[in-house]
Amino acid sequence: MRKIYSRIDEISGNVVTVQADGIKYGELAEITSAHGKSLAEVILLDGGKVSLQVFAGSRGISTGDEVRFLSQPMMVSFSDDLMGRIFNGRGTPRDNGSALTENLIEIGGPSVNPAKRIIPRNMIRTGIPMIDLFNSLVESQKLPIFSISGEPYNELLARVALQAEVDLIVLGGCGLKYDDYLFFKERLESGGAMSRSIFFVHTAADPVVECLMVPDISLAVAEKFALKGKRVLVLITDMTNFSDAMKEIAITMEQVPSNRGYPGDLYSQLASRYEKAVDFDGAGSITILAVTTMPGDDVTHPVPDNTGYITEGQFYLKNGRIEPFGSLSRLKQLVNGKTRDDHRALMDGMIKLYASYKETLEKKSMGFRMSDWDEKLLKYGTLFESELMDLSVNIPLEGALDKGWEILAACFNPDETGLRTNLTSKFWPKKEAVTHG
Amino acid sequence: MSNIGKVVGVNGNMVRVEFENDVLMNEVAYVKLKEKRLKSEVIRVRGKRAEMQVFEMTKGIGVGDEVEFTSDLLSVSLGPGLLGQIFDGLQNPLPQLAEQCGFFLERGIYLDAIPANRKWKFTPVAKVGDTVTRGEKLGSVPEGIFEHWIMVPFNQYGTYKVKSIAAPGEYAVKDRIAELEDEKGRTISVNMVFQWPVKRAVDVYAERLKPVDPLVTQIRIIDALFPVARGGTYCIPGPFGAGKTVLQQLTSRYADIDIVIVAACGERAGEVVETLREFPELIDPRTGKSLMERTIIICNTSSMPVAAREASVYTAVTMAEYYRQMGLHVLLLADSTSRWAQAMREMSGRLEEIPGEEAFPAYLESVIATFYERAGIVRLKSGQIGSVTVGGTVSPAGGNFEEPVTQATLKVVGAFHGLSRERSDARRYPAIHPLESWSKYQGIIDKKRTSFVRQALFASDEVGQMMKVVGEEGTSLDDYMVYLKGEFFDSVFLQQNAFDKVDAATTGDRQKYVFDTIISIILATFDMSDKESARSFFNQLRQRFLDWNGAPMDSDEFKKIEGEIMAMLEQHRKESAAEAAEKFKQMFG
Ligand SMILES: Nc1ncnc2c1ncn2[C@@H]1O[C@H](COP(=O)(O)OP(=O)(O)O)[C@@H](O)[C@H]1O
Ligand SMILES: [Mg+2]
Repeated sequence: MRKIYSRIDEISGNVVTVQADGIKYGELAEITSAHGKSLAEVILLDGGKVSLQVFAGSRGISTGDEVRFLSQPMMVSFSDDLMGRIFNGRGTPRDNGSALTENLIEIGGPSVNPAKRIIPRNMIRTGIPMIDLFNSLVESQKLPIFSISGEPYNELLARVALQAEVDLIVLGGCGLKYDDYLFFKERLESGGAMSRSIFFVHTAADPVVECLMVPDISLAVAEKFALKGKRVLVLITDMTNFSDAMKEIAITMEQVPSNRGYPGDLYSQLASRYEKAVDFDGAGSITILAVTTMPGDDVTHPVPDNTGYITEGQFYLKNGRIEPFGSLSRLKQLVNGKTRDDHRALMDGMIKLYASYKETLEKKSMGFRMSDWDEKLLKYGTLFESELMDLSVNIPLEGALDKGWEILAACFNPDETGLRTNLTSKFWPKKEAVTHG
Repeated sequence: MSNIGKVVGVNGNMVRVEFENDVLMNEVAYVKLKEKRLKSEVIRVRGKRAEMQVFEMTKGIGVGDEVEFTSDLLSVSLGPGLLGQIFDGLQNPLPQLAEQCGFFLERGIYLDAIPANRKWKFTPVAKVGDTVTRGEKLGSVPEGIFEHWIMVPFNQYGTYKVKSIAAPGEYAVKDRIAELEDEKGRTISVNMVFQWPVKRAVDVYAERLKPVDPLVTQIRIIDALFPVARGGTYCIPGPFGAGKTVLQQLTSRYADIDIVIVAACGERAGEVVETLREFPELIDPRTGKSLMERTIIICNTSSMPVAAREASVYTAVTMAEYYRQMGLHVLLLADSTSRWAQAMREMSGRLEEIPGEEAFPAYLESVIATFYERAGIVRLKSGQIGSVTVGGTVSPAGGNFEEPVTQATLKVVGAFHGLSRERSDARRYPAIHPLESWSKYQGIIDKKRTSFVRQALFASDEVGQMMKVVGEEGTSLDDYMVYLKGEFFDSVFLQQNAFDKVDAATTGDRQKYVFDTIISIILATFDMSDKESARSFFNQLRQRFLDWNGAPMDSDEFKKIEGEIMAMLEQHRKESAAEAAEKFKQMFG
């Protein structure tokens, strides 16, 4: 019993309004126009007035176009056949494969009962010291990469994806540049990971409303695989585009914006996606690594700001490096107590010293005389940046810890490090003892 | 005679309903959806139309769907068995929900907060013929380590004669334990559980007192410099990642309090999981029982329905007030109050109310004030004292405290623990800013001492700022010592390692002891020849102090390290030990 209407009363932005009965909130409809068919979703019911956001956009839609309600919400097909395939934001193939229509599952489903969650416990090793040593990534974590545009964030995503030991990679592209889409495809293919990957890609050229579907569709699929025991890594790039798409709809709907035009529910909207990250007791897991580009390198911009409040830390990518300040893995303490005795202390101690180095740099730039202590810090900072921060460094955690001690020993006496004596006496490299200064 | 309405509009989690009979503001209603009933609350009435916030996802609701009004305000159940439980914002027990529905939160399922068939060992206190009023004790049951009072329900406003009271024995919460007769001779039957509307403060005490007793959190910077009082209020604003949640988690573990209610309001589910998985395993040294036995968790995390998030802080504070009525001290920790404020903002937007600053509703301030006003230390009708202390985190947009929620909160709380991004970036945890934070309460360390140390901190900071302009070479050795002393105090006392078994929590006694040691260091003049040797001396001193912080107070190690520290001081202090002691005594008695 599908209802068909052929009179559109209002067209505004990407939202159309029709008079219709018996329509449910969140239901899908299909609009047929001269340019073809498009799906649309019910986003407001007001008496007999039904407002729909049109996935393909409202351009070229006529007031006389036909609107056919489908009596069901947005769904996606789920099966192992998804592996290795590439789809757009609506779940239709972008590759040359056949459309999948079997076993439809709902997207944007309910959230996991907190009482059924377990404490994450497995570290995901990446070979990047700024991650493994200082901000360990943990299975089931949700973590964005905060980045200025132009930084190699997609490279970083791809590298983590290839290095991480996961069963399945789901890539969600929101407003992805076509070149970047091809980059991911090539990197995962050459890394031999394409057969365990699924892409849902909305490119910058596609209708903006479709961008809104990408995180939900990617996460719905990831969730089903996780329930079947798979460890899934979901990569989303870029959540700022997703948020901007939301802003556009909100403005069309004349919602009162809360902050720089973004709707008041931006936080809840982002959270309902990120909170899909989970470690299922007795099944698999979802880890989310997403890119959030920061307009004007401004962390206080509403998108990175709200994101930071939701996610379990963030990697702050700047000048091609993961910055120690501003970067954080909130779950690191769940795993770094079990790695090596010195891991935690070294992690904090080295960053404290790096903070002092930054202060010294500032003093230096103002032309002050450098004390012996300043000289030590300068040496330390330089070594720290080249040996640990540089993104080209690729060593296992243990190597990075050893490297850390070497750097400390090359610059300081043990008691200058602020590390407890029991640690320095155990780990301080013996041969490089420096004379007291 | 049920009151039925019909849906005429849906906008996100707001549903507009047309009704016939009378409806109450804040009345609970259910939207009927196939076999499900979705709980909602009336939040505005205009003519024959009511707007309701739905506590569930609204997908699938259509115009014409039936709505059933209940004539009840949004309420929680109060009775024995709340402790140790994990509820959502509407007091649904989450583990039981999981048993029924599995991994996911299914909408439209509401379970009893208090298990109906569990038996409690009841001991009567009231006697037949006694005159009683609301909140007075009829008897008690043991609940974990507490004596749980069974009281005249708070919603019975008359004066009653006890007509009958149950004999000692085992009863379920719904079994009758007393019959009361009111002034008009009508009899009411009382059992162990009753309902109380969450948005109404429980006011069943004799009088409200001034909060003066310090609530020891075992976090040094708080107890020593920015103390919290039992029955008081405080807030922790800070940018993301500055350590708000960790601070609250530490407090929930180590605070010297009877009961802790954790309201995880609109933040990460994972953080609550740490608490709910770990607390049953952690032994509370004061009671020898698991921490979970003194804890209630209200958990309406960020991806759970927004309207229930708005309700969750009220659900939490109502339970806190209930336990206060038993002469207990309760601490409510809400993380984050900003999410609650945002939930109000979302709804206000859907109602198309005229927005205030940053689109928050105009009534934001008064709602925040009313919430914090529910804290307090009270003398009960029985003469006993109980308290509710409220600590809320605030998550200001962009980390900027000049925003509506932070500002409205600062107007009403008694202490402000402002977290700073610079301190957390430099891993100076807890990142409470020692110069900007404040407290109106008296703590465990007397004013003379704390203001002396605060001055030392300000002086140190001043030198630090000046050094940024004139450089170290432009700073005198004396000034440099002032700077080093402040930094020293910061790193060995204000900073505290949350992940070290010993350092994570410092008892009040130990704090006082160490505080005096540090004062004597700040007071001392040292025989340093230049800045380099001064720095090196303080580096070594800091090192020993950090080791000291890691040693249990009653251990040999503690004494050994203390001896070493004293020796280091002796070696470089210009004053003799006797002179130093005299100076200390003169200043602090
Ligand atoms: N007292 C502390 N000691 C050590 N690390 C801390 C402390 N407080 C916070 N941290 C670190 O900072 C991270 C973020 O803290 P959290 O309390 O979650 O921040 P917020 O709630 O303010 O966003 C933690 O995961 C932890 O790594
Ligand atoms: Mg937090």
